[in-house]
Order: sequence, then structure tokens, then C-alpha cells
Amino acid sequence: MSYPGNYKYTKEHEWLDVDGDQGRIGITDHAQHELGDIVFVDLPKPGSNVTKGHSFGSVESVKAVSDIYAPVSGEVLEANDLLSKSPEKLNEDPHGAAWLIKVKLSAPDEAGGLMDAAAYEKYVGAE
Amino acid sequence: MNPDTDLKRTPLFDVHRASKAKMVDFGGWNMPVQYSSILEEHNAVRTGVGLFDVSHMGEIEIRGPEAAKLVDYVSTNHAAKLKIGQAHYSALLYDHGGFVDDILVHKVSENEFFLCVNAANQDKDFEHIRRHNTFDADVNFASDRYAQLAIQGPNALGTLQKLTSARLSEIKYYWFTDGLVADTRARIARTGYTGEDGFEIYVPPSDAARIWNELIEAGQEFGIKACGLGARNTLRLEAKMALYGHELTASTNPFEADLAWIVKMEKGEFVGRRALEMAMEQQITRKLAGFEMTERGIGRDGYEVWIDGTPAGWVTSGGPSPTLNKNIGLCYLPAAQAKPGINLQVLIRNVPAGAVTVPTPFYKRAKT
Repeated sequence: MSYPGNYKYTKEHEWLDVDGDQGRIGITDHAQHELGDIVFVDLPKPGSNVTKGHSFGSVESVKAVSDIYAPVSGEVLEANDLLSKSPEKLNEDPHGAAWLIKVKLSAPDEAGGLMDAAAYEKYVGAE
Repeated sequence: MNPDTDLKRTPLFDVHRASKAKMVDFGGWNMPVQYSSILEEHNAVRTGVGLFDVSHMGEIEIRGPEAAKLVDYVSTNHAAKLKIGQAHYSALLYDHGGFVDDILVHKVSENEFFLCVNAANQDKDFEHIRRHNTFDADVNFASDRYAQLAIQGPNALGTLQKLTSARLSEIKYYWFTDGLVADTRARIARTGYTGEDGFEIYVPPSDAARIWNELIEAGQEFGIKACGLGARNTLRLEAKMALYGHELTASTNPFEADLAWIVKMEKGEFVGRRALEMAMEQQITRKLAGFEMTERGIGRDGYEVWIDGTPAGWVTSGGPSPTLNKNIGLCYLPAAQAKPGINLQVLIRNVPAGAVTVPTPFYKRAKT
């Protein structure tokens, strides 16, 4: 699976898709592959705040729990309802339908420090 | 730690690597945790057949005129009652009644017993048995001479039968025979750690990769899957089979672990017996119980368990049950509450989530 060129990426394997002052956040194909079969996703409620570099939820595979870290700070506008019923979608479409949350960016400059797709691909290739 | 050089490997390491299995450090061994998907591997064993490399497990051979006496002295079950060709589940205990290990004991002949023990415990087990050997018996560390493969699932017999002339349907559950598998001498036991029908075969390490490949080939018509330790864990948890380091530790005894059935007090003296007598007199304070989550969340190993807002115990093993499509687990609770129908709260990352104790095993295969 290729990494969308318009997304930004973290070393913790989250992606960020910025649109104006809003952003969608998800986990990368590499992350879902490393986790294996995903069976549970715990996400914050709309109205709560996430802080760059801090855990805002968790993704659980059959085997283990993994924290998810916010690539940017902001207010949660929406959590993807699809994942409460069908967490396995995260294995199938991690860059698309199985996004995790939408946020209103409180510090849009934070996105500047993230990797672009080419840098991320190199990063996971070397990991 | 460098996993490429510091971890022990089974004779099938190259096979795992070639098939792109995800490898993990399991008690000092570089083992496959999954090949394709834990869920798919789990379901293959429940509905078809799966093949596991369990060569990390240890083997100890005990031989001599008093072999049975030594086995009975160091283990809890009654080895002298085994028939030749029969096996049973048992435990090695410390004097204080805690587990050294849980083991399988096979009676090979009147003077020979074959023990299958946990990988991470094998050196400790061997020393423990040797230290208590005041009998006319030899204790041999045999792990280097055996690779072990587990063929598990309703089509395990159909798969393995293609490679052996041994009449597998005549081997009863927890019996074994020595025969040829893929033209190689093998110990073929109808045992397993999945709650499903199946076999565990002990073969020479030099032949293990070839036999593995022949089994994969033989199982094609049943959709055989190579399975890793991830599926092994979800399968054994559904069947409520204990795992050393989780349900069983040096500080739990067999009564607490709901394993009174492998303790035969009537057989006479054995290591740990006195502590178990005291435990019976004083009554045990905690006991293992099964639970399922009633609220969102997965209770996992080590999580705290509360009853009515008070700390009550901890989860020893927990996770999703692919067969039941529920989140299940085992936990230690105060003995009086270790019965079905008790409401619990499992502390999941410091947030309580509802659960209820249920009868175990969680999964039991239909009798054939």
C-alpha cells in the first residue's frame, strides 16, 4: 500500500491530513500491519482536546494494546463511528475509511515538523 | 539484546523466516507469533487444521528401575498409575507448594518416562528433578534431541495420517505411540494445547523442516495454516488451559489454580505435599475464575480486578476470544467469589469496565 502524498506522518506511525484549519488523523498501513488483527479502538469524545505528542486513545489487536499519539494539538470534532462497530476496517483501509478522529487544529504550525510521505517510507524501510 | 544472535532458535527458524512469519522473543526463544493473521490461524485450528512449531518446549527423560518412583516423588499426578503408552498432565512443585512448572508425563516403558516441559523452565526443571533424585533412576536433559510439532484441529488426524502408517484413530486422547512419520522415527501423542483434537509429534531436529513441509503439503486439502504463538495463546485461553508465568507461578498452588484434579494426595509422599496439606486445612484464600467483559474494553494480563469498588484480584490472561466473539479472561479472585455470576470491574488503563464471572472452559469442542 502506498502512502498518500498529501498526508504528513509521525515516527509513532500516525498520519495527518490537513484541510484548512481542520485535520484528520489515522494510523499508517505500516502500523496496522505491525499490530495484526485489530479488534478494538478506543477514541476520545468530540469536544475533548488532544495534545501533540500525547496519547489520545488506543488500538488493540488480538495480541496487544498500542497507544495512539496526536501528531498535532486540537479539539476533537468527530471520532470515526465506523471503528466502534468494525475495528477490523483499520486493517483494510487505514489511510481512508478507517481514519480515527477529526480535529480543529489549535496550532497549525505543529504540522510543519512532521515527515512527508517520502521521508516516512524511508523511515519505515529502515526501521 | 540482538535478536539475531542472542535468542535461541528452533530447527524450523529458517522455515519461519522464509514464510515471513512475525518473530518475537518468547522466553529467550526467537519464535513465530503469527504467519498471516492470528484470527485466521485460530479459526483454522477450530474448523480445519493448524500446524505449530513448539520445538522450544523442553524434554526430560527419566530411566531406571525406580523411574516411576522418582516421577511420583517430584510431580503431583500419579505416574505409577499410567499404562505404557499413556500420558497425563501434572506439575512440579516447590516444597512450599508453588509451581516449578506444569508438565506432560508420558510412560514409555516400565522403566522409562518422557517429560515435556515449558521452554523457559527446562533448565530449572531438570535441576529440580535431579536434586530430588535419591532413587535408582537417571535423569537426562533431552531437549537437544527433539523438535516438536503440534498438528491441531478437526482435520489433524486426516493430515497426519497421510504421513504415517500408525493407526491414529486408535490412539486415544492423552495416549501416544512411537512410529514413523514421513519415514522418520517419531513419538506421536494425541495431546495438545488448543482445546481441539490433534497430535503433538516429537521428531529428530535434523528432520523437522522436511516433516513440517510434508505436513503443510498433506494438509493442503483441509486448508492447513502454519500457526504462531499468538493463535496458540487465544486457543489455549478459550480452553482454559493454564500458562506458566500467568495462571501458574512459584507463588500459586494447584488448588488455587483450579488444578486439584492433577494432585493425587493418596499416592504418598511428594515434593510440596506438606504445603498442600496445610493449604487444604487452612482453606485457600484465592482461586482462578473465568470472566467475560460486559462493557466495552478488553481485560488483559496484569490488569487489576475489583468487586464492589474494592480491589479483589488480577487478570492472569485476557483477550479477545475469536471463537466466541467476546472478550474473555482468567483472573484470581477471593475463593468465595470465584464462582460464576459475580460482577467484576476490570481496571483498563485505570478506567473500570464491567465484567462477570462465567463457567469455564469458555470453549469446549463437541464430542465426536
